[in-house]
Amino acid sequence: MSGSVLRYGGVFLGGLAFGVVLIKGRIASWSRIQEMFWFESFHMYGVILSAIVVAMIGVQWIRRSELRSLQGESIKITPKSADRGQMIGGLLFGAGWALTGACPGPIYALLASEGLPAVVMLLSAVMGAWVYGAIRARLPH
Amino acid sequence: MNSLLELLRTDPWPWYVTGPLIGSMVPLLLWIGNHLFGVSSSLRHICAAAVPCGLPYFAYDWRKDIWNLWFVGGIAAGGVVAVTWLEGGGPEALAPAMVERLQSFGLTGSGDLLPRELFLADGPFGRIGWGIVIIGGFLVGFGARYAGGCTGGHTIAGIATLQRASLVASIAFFIGGLVTARWFLPALWEALV
Repeated sequence: MSGSVLRYGGVFLGGLAFGVVLIKGRIASWSRIQEMFWFESFHMYGVILSAIVVAMIGVQWIRRSELRSLQGESIKITPKSADRGQMIGGLLFGAGWALTGACPGPIYALLASEGLPAVVMLLSAVMGAWVYGAIRARLPH
Repeated sequence: MNSLLELLRTDPWPWYVTGPLIGSMVPLLLWIGNHLFGVSSSLRHICAAAVPCGLPYFAYDWRKDIWNLWFVGGIAAGGVVAVTWLEGGGPEALAPAMVERLQSFGLTGSGDLLPRELFLADGPFGRIGWGIVIIGGFLVGFGARYAGGCTGGHTIAGIATLQRASLVASIAFFIGGLVTARWFLPALWEALV
């Protein structure tokens, strides 16, 4: 019991910190996303590149130190399957990202402050995921 | 304590603070529970929990991945904290060329998180704003699940763990966004303004 409180409490607090960063770092900003696609500000590029570098260092450090998770398990990273979905789905996702100015993380972060538009964005995204699940077998993968 | 709060209230946080904090989520979640950072699977779990409708894609035990729902709940709570106590989310200065472009589209270019004049029905774009929200949101959910992840799972966690599929996905995200932001949206404004 206390193990799962630690795990999910930790995950929730991690999410909370992430949500604060998304707002304060202006990742959840339609205007900033437009700036990025127009190459008019370094901000988003700096954010993405430095995030990748720090994540990479963290993962390498975990591998080398053979750190175990809080539950005492050895940490493993499940490989992501590769198919044509990354290309086709990726293009569609990118279009949605430019329209709404929000990827999934920011949609959750915007819920409270932006009200109805953000709620509708989330419901539409859930609907998009559902429709994908419904027609998946007929899509090229 | 007060000066720390002052520091946290700086707006916006520079990229070299924001990026490393986001990146540190990846090792943190691995350590907390062997979880690989990602957000868009939560959309699948919501469907599996609420409206599975007998579809094979939603026929799995979403409770095993409940950490992901705690995580997105935390993100939503973080949004509240940032706006309520940390002075997040106000207008901000954008690049001058961007302000000019947005103004030529009839927007104020004030740098709000979601420009109200675009996304709320009382603005000059009225129902178009709702169309952007609904179609854009749909594409985000559909595309992320089709691609097997979003900017978090692929661009940050996937590339950091050297996964080829994530690099492909990230390039596709960028091309899709580039075309939409630079050609589709201007053409849409052109037709409207």
